[in-house]
Amino acid sequence: MTESPHPGLRPDLPGGRGGEFSVIGKPFPRVDAAAKVTGRAVYADDMLLPRTLHCRILRSPHPHARIVSIDTSAARRMAGVKAVITGADLPIKFGILPVTQDERALEHEKVRYVGDPIAAVAATDEEIAAAACDAITVEYEVLEPVMSIEEGLAEPTDERIQDYGGPNNIHKLVALEFGDVDGGFARADYIREDVFFFQGNTHLPMEQHSAIATYVDNKVTLWSSTQVVHYVHRALAKVLEMPMNRIRVIGAAHGGGFGGKTDPFAHEIIVSKLAMMTGRPVKCTLTREEVFYAHRGRHPVLMWVRTGVTRDGRITAMHFKSALDGGAYGSYGVASTFYTGALQTVTYDIPAYRFEGCRVFTNKPPCGPKRGHGTPQPRFGLELHLEKIAHELGIDPVDLKQRNFVKPMTRTVNWLRVTSCGLDECTERVMTASGYKRREKRAGHGMGFAISSYLSGAGTAIYWNDMPHSEVQIKVDRGGVTAYCGAMEIGQGSDSVLASIVAEELGLQPADIRLVTADTDTTPIDLGSYSSRVTFMAGNAAIEAARKMRALLVEAAAAKMETDPEAIAVGGGRVGDFSFEQASILAEARFGTLTSAGSYTPPKIAGPYKGAGVGPSPAYSYSACVVDLDADARTGLVQVNKIWIAHDVGRAINPLLVAGQIEGSVYMGLGEALMEEQAFRKGLHKWPSMLEYKSPTFLDMPEVETFIVETVDPEGPYGAKEAGQGPLLPVPPAVSSAVYDALGVWIDEVPVTPEKIIEALRRKAKGEPARFGPLRFPAIPFPPAIKVEPPSKELDRAAPAAI
Amino acid sequence: MKQEMTRDVQREVIALDVNGERIELLLPVHKTLLEVLREDMQLTGTKHGCELGECGTCTVLVDGRPELSCLVLPIQVEGRAITTIEGMAAGSTLHPLQQAFAELGAAQCGYCTPGILLSAKSLLETNPKPSRDEIREALAGNLCRCTGYVKILEAVELAAGRIE
Repeated sequence: MTESPHPGLRPDLPGGRGGEFSVIGKPFPRVDAAAKVTGRAVYADDMLLPRTLHCRILRSPHPHARIVSIDTSAARRMAGVKAVITGADLPIKFGILPVTQDERALEHEKVRYVGDPIAAVAATDEEIAAAACDAITVEYEVLEPVMSIEEGLAEPTDERIQDYGGPNNIHKLVALEFGDVDGGFARADYIREDVFFFQGNTHLPMEQHSAIATYVDNKVTLWSSTQVVHYVHRALAKVLEMPMNRIRVIGAAHGGGFGGKTDPFAHEIIVSKLAMMTGRPVKCTLTREEVFYAHRGRHPVLMWVRTGVTRDGRITAMHFKSALDGGAYGSYGVASTFYTGALQTVTYDIPAYRFEGCRVFTNKPPCGPKRGHGTPQPRFGLELHLEKIAHELGIDPVDLKQRNFVKPMTRTVNWLRVTSCGLDECTERVMTASGYKRREKRAGHGMGFAISSYLSGAGTAIYWNDMPHSEVQIKVDRGGVTAYCGAMEIGQGSDSVLASIVAEELGLQPADIRLVTADTDTTPIDLGSYSSRVTFMAGNAAIEAARKMRALLVEAAAAKMETDPEAIAVGGGRVGDFSFEQASILAEARFGTLTSAGSYTPPKIAGPYKGAGVGPSPAYSYSACVVDLDADARTGLVQVNKIWIAHDVGRAINPLLVAGQIEGSVYMGLGEALMEEQAFRKGLHKWPSMLEYKSPTFLDMPEVETFIVETVDPEGPYGAKEAGQGPLLPVPPAVSSAVYDALGVWIDEVPVTPEKIIEALRRKAKGEPARFGPLRFPAIPFPPAIKVEPPSKELDRAAPAAI
Repeated sequence: MKQEMTRDVQREVIALDVNGERIELLLPVHKTLLEVLREDMQLTGTKHGCELGECGTCTVLVDGRPELSCLVLPIQVEGRAITTIEGMAAGSTLHPLQQAFAELGAAQCGYCTPGILLSAKSLLETNPKPSRDEIREALAGNLCRCTGYVKILEAVELAAGRIE
């Protein structure tokens, strides 16, 4: 067994385990591969239970209006209509964050965006349900909509969108200061300010959200295409006023989330209520247009950043401001706001840091978490800003960034604990492979470089509780192994990770492990598939459970062989002298029913200040990226030739799946960089269809060369960290940086479109600043910053979790 | 008093040949092939992403050529050979494309996978050794949000290499 690279750190956790593995690190096919390539996998909309009723939802055509009256009488009279409900039937508010319980499944007083749900119908077929929705008459008092950050900051013409937050339509203001920021700027040889804008975009999962509910024996069962059965479970209990033990939420096969199915949604509550009223199964599948309005995607963010550096490019202080266009409801917005300021320090050593963030309500679909949650926007600004500083100082941008990289086993100025960190190795890999520093200068050709970091799971739960974040149970019976976990497979491979870990520990193959996942009745808690937490947290829980089971099998085999447990080898489907099946029978005879359990709770590492709950993670992944492209000065068209991406995943539990996550992240980042835009005109989505909302096709996708970097994190399962989100982050800034390299113009705004490039070139030709992007950051009434004393930088290796 | 909805729905008996099985159905003529496959024949392997002919998710083969089942009326394809994902494997033996997709992780969430497999099957039947650009061209009408298309490209190449 090789030594852990981080001696002294959580020796009880398996991160440091080296040596040989039989399953871990090998490219096994996904455990659900056969079901998915044969069409056998059952997604929520594929389910049709006997006597299923179909639900359609009437939604607001106005971005902002008071509801004067709702008349459902004509709809109720229609043949085939079994139930019609309005907000009066579901008056209790819910929301993903405890501090923003501001949504209703159906609104009966006021609508706040086009698409806000008002009434719902259950009917014998979908056409009747749709016709019945058309027959509902709603009288509105139309209010002036608030459509931008600037309008949200100003005094409202009619009335505020929400009755909390404030002033005006401000939802949340935060101001934090770590260390001596003024002193840091005073020490700087050079100070620069920049303004950036990151347009909103949406997840565009291939599967439209769908849910089907039954009500049998006074119990609700809901199958849904959700990323988080636990949070849907909680919201249903609250709104339906039922104990959680009378509600069961099951994750159906999942057709893509990317953060878009992480909130509890109105349709999930509505079908449950309608099933209770009708006594029949009720299903609702959103149309593609409804999915665009359901949204919860990337916030549009306006950013201002000021950084002081020494002559040789060392950062002395940074001040970062962000303004988020939140849409009409809270969703994850408070967390999103903090995230726009949290992770700057996790890649660069910033000795003094001030962050001011603001989220405003607007009359648009609510924004929330999309892959990278709140961090791709500041990453875009930060990477380009540092590159501009490097150009001003005449330092190679890669060198300047590298001089400021954080070091492993340190604590950032805002109290984030960095354990393993592969930034240097990631950078070296993409530099060597791409030939970035040796690139030939030719007109219209450019290369761009950027780095990033992301959480391996949020260190704190969304709502305050002391439960573990993930639990795994294992049952062994007549040679069969079943693992139970609340984790939700959304395509990222979480089921395969669970099976691989249990198989590794029990000396079996992943295909030998049966899985029961994402079912609130039969599986123990897991907080779900968001914040890249599942491999890390469910993985650690699975290791603990599997090692306990292994110990039982070993003890029984050793007793039979009349030898010491230490002498028993487990592997290749054998336990000592016995087949796995024989060993399980011996163990069952000795101990009774064979079950074991494991759990994982992240260390309590949040800093001692209000707002410290957003940002901490038990480990951070790191990525570096180089983009090679040609940009046409005449048309502004960009042709991306190749992308090199290196990602520090700690350890690849399955390199095939890790590569798939990295490639998918690069693809999604490229779509955001070049074309994807969730934009509105008078409250209406400009392009709510898959044809008009441009996303990269097969023909737009360049070659991607992926490097998996393994730093073996001390706390991750076998040293693993996340792979599903981090690699998206460096792509947009690397694209914009490559456009600058090609044409000498800065596009300080995402997406980087031909129109913006042409406009920047026109300005450059006229002798104006050679850029396209926002000119100023608005005046925002930030409160005085909470001043936080930074922690000591060196991590105490003996007790790294201690504050 | 329940009010009868005014629905003047024309119905026809339509005979469909799906995965080599002939079935006769009484169908409202406006119901799409996608809806008929999923709802009347329980062939839910065919998925839908937009129902407007934009995403390629509902692709099936009609006489071996890819068609968007959300834009096809059953009456248009009466008597023609329709292949859905359920008809791709030979019994419990996967088609080489299915095998390659499984081995290389070309399906993540798996939702676009049936449509992409069928588009790729049609490609390999007309062009058994396609270039990378020919694969990209043939699959450009099928959107995927998970994979970045990288593993799909590799899997089609692997399958093409294995099919004699």
